[in-house]
Amino acid sequence: MADQKIGAYICKGCGLEDRLDMQQIEMTATRDGKAAVAHQHDMLCSKEGVEMIRNSIESDEITHTVIIACSRRAKVEAFNFDDVAVARANLREGVIWLRPDSDENRETTQEMADDYVRMACAEAKAMHQPSPSGEQDLNKHLLVVGGGVSGMTVALEAAAAGYPVSIVEKSGALGGHVAGLYKRTPQHAAPAGMTNGRNVDLPGAEDTGIEEMIKRVEENADITVHLNSTIAKTSGAPGRFSVDIATESGSTTTENFGAIVQASGFKPYDANQLPEFGYDKSADVVTNMELEALAKAANGGPIKRPSDGKEVTSVAFVQCAGQRSDKEGHLPYCSGFCCTTSIKQALYFKEQNPDCDTTVLYSDLRTPGAAGEDFYRRGQQNEVIFTKGDVSEVATNGDLTVKFKDIILDEDTELVADLVVLATGQVPNSGPDPYAVPLSADDEEAAGDDGTAPEPEENTVTVSVESILNLDYRQGTDLPHLKHGFTDSHFICFPYETRRTGIYAAGPVRRPMDIKQAVDDATGAAMKAIQEVHNAAAGRAAHPRSGDLSFPSFRKEGCTQCKRCTVECPFGAIDEDEEGYPQYNESRCRRCGTCMGACPVRVISFENYSVETVNQQIKNCDIPDEFDEKPRILALACENDAYPALDQAAMSGEELTPWARVIPVRCLGSVNLSWVTDAMNSGYDGVVLMGCQKGDDYQCHFVRGSAMAAERMSKVGDTLSTLNLEPERVVIHEVAITDIKRAPQLINDMAKVVEEIGMSPFKF
Amino acid sequence: MSTNTAMIEKYRNSFLREVEANVEEGDWVKMCMQCGVCSGSCPLGKDWAHPPQEIFMMIRAGKREEVLTSDSMWMCTSCYNCIVRCPRELPITHIMHGLAHYAKRLGLAPKNQPTMKFAQLFWDNLAKKGRVNELKLGISLYFMNGFGEGIKTSLKMKDIGLGMLKAKRMSVAEAFGGHSVKDLTGFQKMLKKAQELEDTRLSQHG
Amino acid sequence: MAKYEYSFYPGCSSQKGASSSNYLTSVETMCDELDIQLNHIPDWNCCSASIGYAGGGELPRLTLSARNIALSEEHNPGQEIVATCAACWLATREASERLGEDDELMAEANTALAEAGLKLKNDTPIKHMAEVLVEEVGYDEIASKVKKPLEGIKIAGYVGCQTNRPFGIHGESYENPKYLDKLVETLGADSIPDYEKKVQCCGGALAFSEPDKSQEMIKGILEAAYDNGADMVVTPCPVCQMNVEVYQDQINAKYGTKFKMPVVYYSTLMSVAFGRSGKDAALDGQIIKAKKLEDIAG
Repeated sequence: MADQKIGAYICKGCGLEDRLDMQQIEMTATRDGKAAVAHQHDMLCSKEGVEMIRNSIESDEITHTVIIACSRRAKVEAFNFDDVAVARANLREGVIWLRPDSDENRETTQEMADDYVRMACAEAKAMHQPSPSGEQDLNKHLLVVGGGVSGMTVALEAAAAGYPVSIVEKSGALGGHVAGLYKRTPQHAAPAGMTNGRNVDLPGAEDTGIEEMIKRVEENADITVHLNSTIAKTSGAPGRFSVDIATESGSTTTENFGAIVQASGFKPYDANQLPEFGYDKSADVVTNMELEALAKAANGGPIKRPSDGKEVTSVAFVQCAGQRSDKEGHLPYCSGFCCTTSIKQALYFKEQNPDCDTTVLYSDLRTPGAAGEDFYRRGQQNEVIFTKGDVSEVATNGDLTVKFKDIILDEDTELVADLVVLATGQVPNSGPDPYAVPLSADDEEAAGDDGTAPEPEENTVTVSVESILNLDYRQGTDLPHLKHGFTDSHFICFPYETRRTGIYAAGPVRRPMDIKQAVDDATGAAMKAIQEVHNAAAGRAAHPRSGDLSFPSFRKEGCTQCKRCTVECPFGAIDEDEEGYPQYNESRCRRCGTCMGACPVRVISFENYSVETVNQQIKNCDIPDEFDEKPRILALACENDAYPALDQAAMSGEELTPWARVIPVRCLGSVNLSWVTDAMNSGYDGVVLMGCQKGDDYQCHFVRGSAMAAERMSKVGDTLSTLNLEPERVVIHEVAITDIKRAPQLINDMAKVVEEIGMSPFKF
Repeated sequence: MSTNTAMIEKYRNSFLREVEANVEEGDWVKMCMQCGVCSGSCPLGKDWAHPPQEIFMMIRAGKREEVLTSDSMWMCTSCYNCIVRCPRELPITHIMHGLAHYAKRLGLAPKNQPTMKFAQLFWDNLAKKGRVNELKLGISLYFMNGFGEGIKTSLKMKDIGLGMLKAKRMSVAEAFGGHSVKDLTGFQKMLKKAQELEDTRLSQHG
Repeated sequence: MAKYEYSFYPGCSSQKGASSSNYLTSVETMCDELDIQLNHIPDWNCCSASIGYAGGGELPRLTLSARNIALSEEHNPGQEIVATCAACWLATREASERLGEDDELMAEANTALAEAGLKLKNDTPIKHMAEVLVEEVGYDEIASKVKKPLEGIKIAGYVGCQTNRPFGIHGESYENPKYLDKLVETLGADSIPDYEKKVQCCGGALAFSEPDKSQEMIKGILEAAYDNGADMVVTPCPVCQMNVEVYQDQINAKYGTKFKMPVVYYSTLMSVAFGRSGKDAALDGQIIKAKKLEDIAG
């Protein structure tokens, strides 16, 4: 391009000047890198250094800058120039901090640095300054699906922040399950400094506050409530969602929203699946939800048992009823709210009548939340008997007899009770999983072209197959699940971000939780939804590439309509037009580049990240000829974990082989196979791919990226054998950000492999 | 107690409440969270038929007879390991002493439990003169299981006794009178009063 | 006037002809050197230690300690109580705390005390001699008095139970208290900071009633001292001292061991290091002679 002008800015600080020949670096930048200007500075990230760059950009009319200094993860604010494309040559963490400071290493260290300068200049040349598409304006209107405590919290929080909200609630009333509770568990721990006594003042059950909350929602001018309503259709993207809201009577209204929060909650587990506990045989065996109704009816007076109205004088609670169990029809997980709920309910009895014998039979008492342990102690203070017991049966002939093994006393025993309460769990109320049957472009052909979501697999946890969002997306109608029907989100780093950008899951649909957690969760989701309407308006990415303005586009002439990109996008961001060409939705895109990695004809690119930007880096590394005995190892390292781990390794004085050349990638999912084959063709001796953990407990920041990469790379062996190369030359590893010693070691291991099997024959 | 009543008393609050009312620090028993750190920390843990964690559970399960006739509590060496490690800060050592005392008071403690006998001898010894007479305590200890046993034990212990005598850490003079508080009358009246007050308090609890 | 002054509760075992009379002798020597004046509580009585519980109920036992504190408050007003015996310290301090938190018990205790013409105010701090040494006197002052450093002696600091739990020395951990090791170092001897049986129970009073069980634990305490190359064991507790010292022959007979490990008090070490005679240090009270200390004391 004629108007392209590269400015190279070289830092001499942080020991770079002592370890490297800076004149040589400058010469490499101008001679090999074709930089029009090159300036050195003693401390480039200082105010003066940055000013020097700014002045140069203006006076020298620079379009592409190359910062030759430290890692791209360091000094991000200082080297943030909006108006020009920026590439970074990492000589500090990437070279001098990973290499020993000795005379015999000077030559290879300098070579490494020179290569990174060439690579950064080449990358810069292939980059463009990204600009947003302007596909959507600012739409501050939020849609909340579900009118329980989670949904109402989202609405109240967002409205308070100045964002109008519409709540769509399927039933005829707000309040959800909480409206059916007599009391709720305490929200706050005892004051700090409270002693560990046996008669101290500890938090107790509280009024649910649900009426007051409903009133606040109803009175809020910024909140519109649609009762007896469902979502008939959702199309568009963050900033421009178009939603059809259908009422029971059949009328439909269409509204536009900036973002959506799905707070569709949970369904109580069906205790009919627990015949061993006599639920179907005796009216006096009730679930925890049903006990709330009895307590509500008693309203502080004695709780009566359903069968004959007798006042309950002994009650047993069976914890984990149908939960944390591999038995068919049981929930394999812990629902998290049931232990504190049973404590609360035991106190309903104890505080009304201290002589009522209440026994909680548990296997592990779990009391999450700040108030949890205090509440447990309150139960103990009130002489609720907690017994570590494994209940096998509730016999219902005459009295209720609870048969159990007392784990502490190691004996099979039983107790008699007027009433038995089963602490049953939460089943997520989510729509069908778009990926219940794994999708792939090849299977798609067989499955038919309609793009509808397949039915969920049999024998998984009972999940509603009724759609909740009715998304008009290429990849199914609802939020993808992780497991057991709960919605998928990056549980470590971005728990609210689902796999559908701009649609946030909050409350028990995301994972089992109690009221307090649901309120916290909903508040977080409201904040993320608010952020997203602004991101969408500005064309910025959401987590984890927050603020990124680049987004993918494709060269239509080259596209073969193979649909790999539309199927493999982990976020369902890409639709298809009638002819089968991809249709990008900028604001749904998370900018991971998984589509770019998927494209067999390499037509997908970002302005500042493309097949070409990486290819140019690969090609512009000097490959010494075979007899120099200086191998070259290409490491493609995920910028989320592997690359930071290498930076950390540098900071903690780990050593990296001088043969390594590391290129950060947005996600291993963005790695196009052509990079690997091109590298091998240009004479690299080995390639190491480093991404995040995949699988059910994935850590991939783009959910499916590393899994897709692993799948694609499984085929790379064939390519290598056609080139007559050993398969050991290309490896793929899962690296966590904490793998500080292991990350460089994996590359060093490849150097050893190359030493053993010999140099690549492809050097010219 | 018939089997049926035993069944009905199971996992009821009755025995727990009895312990709360009558046993030193007994109102802490309900606060045990069954972590088992006490049992794992006890230097004689392996010698307890029912380590403290289990005792607490047995009380809550209504196993009155089994708890009070157990010799477990008498295994406590008063090392206080359980106390300092208990995450709920239960005064476990004191509860064990309290349970042992209560069991003995009710006449349910196992007969011939050696620590119980020694503890009683120790109390009698100090109550008599206000100060412990080690020689008399030792001699009565050796003879606590009868004369024949006593001679055997004495012979076994004679070397230790001789060593102590030689080091002037045991005195034959103790056998005749020995150390005492001067205000023995006041001391004994005080102790008698304390005993009366405690008896009254406990009988009120029923 | 002495630099430090305390109301002293010596306890039954320190009496003439009793099992830790040697402890008292060396404590008196040590205090003489450190200018600590000990004013005996007149007519003190037994605290019932932690074994009185079979015969004595809670209130009678608390009353025993209440009498001692009341006597101290009457005769040694304003003076903190110091005890040298771990059980005496523990029972007295425990009684004071228990009565302090329970008004009903406190009233009952005072009713009983009135029978002996006494009244408990219960505002007197109750300390162990080790606390006085570590917290009041301090290592520096102790070091300044050392005339004959205990060079070349390796000493296992056996803290035991009741000097350590539940109260212990301020700032020390229950699992690995270090003050005894620091004291050993201060006196010029070599400590064994990682002595693994430092806070192991010796059986306490159960050494009498359950000799086999207790001796098994004592064996462990001695074994670990030998394994760490100790020349002797030092302890702050009369029950620890007696249990670990006097049963070695019986343990040897039962287990085929050859233990002959001297067990001394910190006050014994200090008296010798301060240059006092073997008699003042009560080295003659050792059943297993502390030869290396005798050599230094001369």
